[in-house]
Amino acid sequence: MTAASDTLDPSPARAVPLKRQLRRAERRKNLLFMALILPLAVFVLASFVLPIGSLLQRSIANPEVHDNLPETLELLDDWSGEGLPDEAAFVALARELGAARGTPAIADIAKRLNREQPGLRSLVMRSARALPLAEGTPAQDGLIGIDERWRDPVIWETIKRAGSPTTGFYLLGAIDRTIADGGEIVKLPKEEAIYLDVLVRTFEMSVIVTVACLLLGFPLAYLMATLPVRHANTLMILVLLPFWTSVLVRVAAWIVILQNEGLVNKLLMWLGATDAPIRLLFNRTGVYIAMVHILLPFMVLPLYSVMKGISPVYMRAAVSLGCPPFSSFWKIYFPLTMPGIAAGSLLVFIVCMGFYITPALLGGPGDQMISYFIAFYTNQAVNWGMAAALSAVLLAATLVLYALYTRYLGGNAVNKIR
Amino acid sequence: MPTQALAGGHTAAAHENADVLVSFSHVQKTYDGDTLIVKDLNLDIRRGEFLTLLGPSGSGKTTCLMMLAGFETPTSGEIRLAGQVINKLPPYKRNIGMVFQNYALFPHMTVLENLRFPLAVRKHPAAEIDAKVKRALGMVQLGGFENRYPQQLSGGQQQRIALARALVFDPQLVLMDEPLGALDKQLREHMQLEIKHIHQSLGVTFVFVTHDQGEALTMSDRIAVFNHGVIQQIDTPATLYEHPANAFVANFIGENNALAGHVMATANDISTVSLGDGNVLAARTGDAGGPGSPVIVSIRPERVRLAKPDTPPHSRLAARVIEQIYLGDHIRLRMQVSGCENFTMKTPISKLDRCPNAGETVDIELSPEHLLALAPPPSA
Amino acid sequence: MKTRLLVTLIAAIAGMSFAHADVTVISFGGAAQAGQKKAYYDPFSAESGIKVIPGEYNGEMARITAMVQAGNVTWDVVEVESPELVRGCEEGLFEKLDYSKIGNKADFVPEAVTDCGIGTFVWSTALAYNADTLKEAPTSWADFWNVEKFPGKRGLRKGAKYTLEFALLADGVAPKDIYKVLETPEGVARAFAKLDQIKPHIVWWEAGAQPPQLLASGDLVMSSVYNGRIAAARKEGRNLEIVWNGSIYDFDYWAIPKGSPNLADAYKYIEFASRPAPQAQFSAEVPYGPTNNAAVGTMDPAVAATLPTSPANLVGAFATDTEFWVEYGEDLEQRFNAWASR
Repeated sequence: MTAASDTLDPSPARAVPLKRQLRRAERRKNLLFMALILPLAVFVLASFVLPIGSLLQRSIANPEVHDNLPETLELLDDWSGEGLPDEAAFVALARELGAARGTPAIADIAKRLNREQPGLRSLVMRSARALPLAEGTPAQDGLIGIDERWRDPVIWETIKRAGSPTTGFYLLGAIDRTIADGGEIVKLPKEEAIYLDVLVRTFEMSVIVTVACLLLGFPLAYLMATLPVRHANTLMILVLLPFWTSVLVRVAAWIVILQNEGLVNKLLMWLGATDAPIRLLFNRTGVYIAMVHILLPFMVLPLYSVMKGISPVYMRAAVSLGCPPFSSFWKIYFPLTMPGIAAGSLLVFIVCMGFYITPALLGGPGDQMISYFIAFYTNQAVNWGMAAALSAVLLAATLVLYALYTRYLGGNAVNKIR
Repeated sequence: MPTQALAGGHTAAAHENADVLVSFSHVQKTYDGDTLIVKDLNLDIRRGEFLTLLGPSGSGKTTCLMMLAGFETPTSGEIRLAGQVINKLPPYKRNIGMVFQNYALFPHMTVLENLRFPLAVRKHPAAEIDAKVKRALGMVQLGGFENRYPQQLSGGQQQRIALARALVFDPQLVLMDEPLGALDKQLREHMQLEIKHIHQSLGVTFVFVTHDQGEALTMSDRIAVFNHGVIQQIDTPATLYEHPANAFVANFIGENNALAGHVMATANDISTVSLGDGNVLAARTGDAGGPGSPVIVSIRPERVRLAKPDTPPHSRLAARVIEQIYLGDHIRLRMQVSGCENFTMKTPISKLDRCPNAGETVDIELSPEHLLALAPPPSA
Repeated sequence: MKTRLLVTLIAAIAGMSFAHADVTVISFGGAAQAGQKKAYYDPFSAESGIKVIPGEYNGEMARITAMVQAGNVTWDVVEVESPELVRGCEEGLFEKLDYSKIGNKADFVPEAVTDCGIGTFVWSTALAYNADTLKEAPTSWADFWNVEKFPGKRGLRKGAKYTLEFALLADGVAPKDIYKVLETPEGVARAFAKLDQIKPHIVWWEAGAQPPQLLASGDLVMSSVYNGRIAAARKEGRNLEIVWNGSIYDFDYWAIPKGSPNLADAYKYIEFASRPAPQAQFSAEVPYGPTNNAAVGTMDPAVAATLPTSPANLVGAFATDTEFWVEYGEDLEQRFNAWASR
């Protein structure tokens, strides 16, 4: 009796060391847990958090002019914007451009200014080539002597604007906005605006592919979940088969199958379904066909795993309560597959949003999704600011979607069922 | 007596059709075409009774229930419900309430939605639905739980909701497939009584499947004991316990001591049995054969007494106490009797003047009215 | 077995770190690289004992930028197109060439000689058609736009470059005025308006290998093409014809990424590849024009006639304005993307 009351003594004098002991014991356990997840944490940090952070940072970074023309910018700070800046600014610019000549810096400045206003690149390059000015020439006369455009206050305004350490230029560009000469944010003219349309198209195509995957994948997953294990495994291998070849190979195969002289058209013509070949390539149809094919497993697998876990007893219970089998399926079985539908759809949708190679190879210019333009700016235009800004927009759109998912499907609804 | 024990079957009840709700006649079921899971089943279920199908797993009791629910079809034979053959009637048209092993409450629906479900599919008017749901919840004492989801309920609460759901649409018959198996012992005993009381207050026919003989004895009006696809005996709990029809029933229900021997003579329902060691006992004749046939003499542990001076020799045996187990309200003695090492005697402490110790040899009394001579089970 | 594997492995590692006598040459792959192997890599190795390690890329400046900035340059000689050469030269990604190690500047076509790269061949973007499917031969970009006379799908490269020039040519702008017109907003609007006329009839291609296939399969009746691809298809027996009128030619250059570890060998390779005889052999393999003036003289006249640089083919042709595209390219490509995706 005494031994038992000792350990359970509730008096404060005993409570403190007990708590401390507990904390010590738990600390050791916690340290062990932390040590175990440390490699993963480091990996995630290095391969995910840091790159995404640097991506977001790049979408607003604006070092080209800021770092290379510091003195000029400082002098331009005092400039009213009326008329031309004073001689000191011309001197500083002439000196700094001259110093940047022949280094990557000059190309950076020229490229950055050219983005604000096409034509400024040649102005910068030509001026740099002619620098330094002859001894004794006033800098203003000298620069205007090299190129008349230095007389234009708008050019100086542009340099000043492009010289801020960060810029919304790329992010605004990614949503078809730009900063006007006056500094206010305006819509891009209709013939240049593109990314909002592309974003909407990316969403639209992702929704269609997701729905198609769901319509095709649901019966398949259901069949697999109800078949005996041996047959289900065979089907599973067929479902997973596409995973064994690269996306590129599969896309190439679709090109062969879908072209005018391809298998599908030949079959359709032989069956008499059509006289002339139907265009299946370089339009949406081809893109949808290939994307659904590639993404179907991402839908079937979560559906299958959820369906496998739904006890057939629920259907029996519904039937025993007087509900006919088909109605029971919709009222009982189908709602129980919601976690699978939600997970599969989310997976397919998010993978879709980032699709690049399939639309690039099978679609026309009107079928490209946002990743195409990210790749375009990364590889071809070498405008990483714009690439990062578009990625940030894509990331934001995906996060919003995920937030909606957890809000309406992830949190409560799924937990209720699990 | 033995003929009465076997008389619960088909033929006896056939005349009283008004009282019979369900009747199985010559029902067989096989899944693979080789083995019969249910062999020639004849069973009448009376209106309003609480019938338990009891048996070890694989004995065919669950298959029998599933055929009644409509989830399995008999390979041959006929099942009638209220006089109508229902072999081909789909389960959703049978109007039979069912409680499943793991309750099968729809996890995505609240308690209220679960209970409304059978009424809504029958398109009852809303006011009627509300009234019935309320009544059913009251019956299982779970009013106020309408908006919980099943996994927010304890096992016992889920069990009650499942029961309420099976009853809410006023079925003529309620089937329960081992519904208490997942509950802990105390809750299970509580639920047994609760289900029994609900049955008594509603007067609906219940068919209950279990492998737990204690459960069966507590709840049932009648118990059908299954083994190898055959009903061994169907009777009231007391009759089953006191007058088991064969060695299987005797062993399956309650504790039982069995001594092997062979029949010497039979007269007036009393068999004289010679045990392996030459001792002779008198016992009621069960399904034992005539003189010369092997026999098992069976007696319940609580019927064994220490011999008194006036105990006749044909009811007296020497026993060596091997172990004494104290259980508070009673004492168990494990003893060696006539070559059997596991002979048990169970007696209230108040009935003992002096408790024999381990190693002691005492005489015990096995009175003929409690001894039953049964044919050995086929395998033994 | 295991020992042999180990020995091979060690030999391979040793080869990587000690054998200085090799030079990594990166070009665009395909038929042109096959020609370069025959005309340049193999004879050069045979003559100098320096092994050529060939590589491929798609003109991504990002890769060169990354290498130079990281100070880990693994490429010695790179084939680059003219806008990339101009940009890379300004950004300091390429070595300034020392022509004393290459040859006499006067021996080359003037446009081939630049600070950071020496032109290696002239290629052309031209109109091509399938002579089997078209009864009458088109002769100009105006015919390309004429969908009544020449019904069927036509192919254009997915991008502003060349596409805008062809549109203005079809609209009657003289070759010499093309870039002057394109420099103005009105000129750009005019080019896009012209493109609007045939937009539904256009199939856009991206890889140079696509248009010959699509022409051969009958998916297209005519298309803009790289002239070298048509020659390859004709060798396979396809009856594809080139219209040289209104073709736009450009140079590909050899350049040395700044910080190349094998600078001396890189020069040796470039010097070899700029000689008349190897260039003539290359042109015989792939119908791209040589940049060394002396190469044409050594060539079979039949081969010379298929080159973009043959006098007959230069009638109505003009050079792309690299400066213009460096200046306005990014803006026009965005504008083009916006237009094309609508």
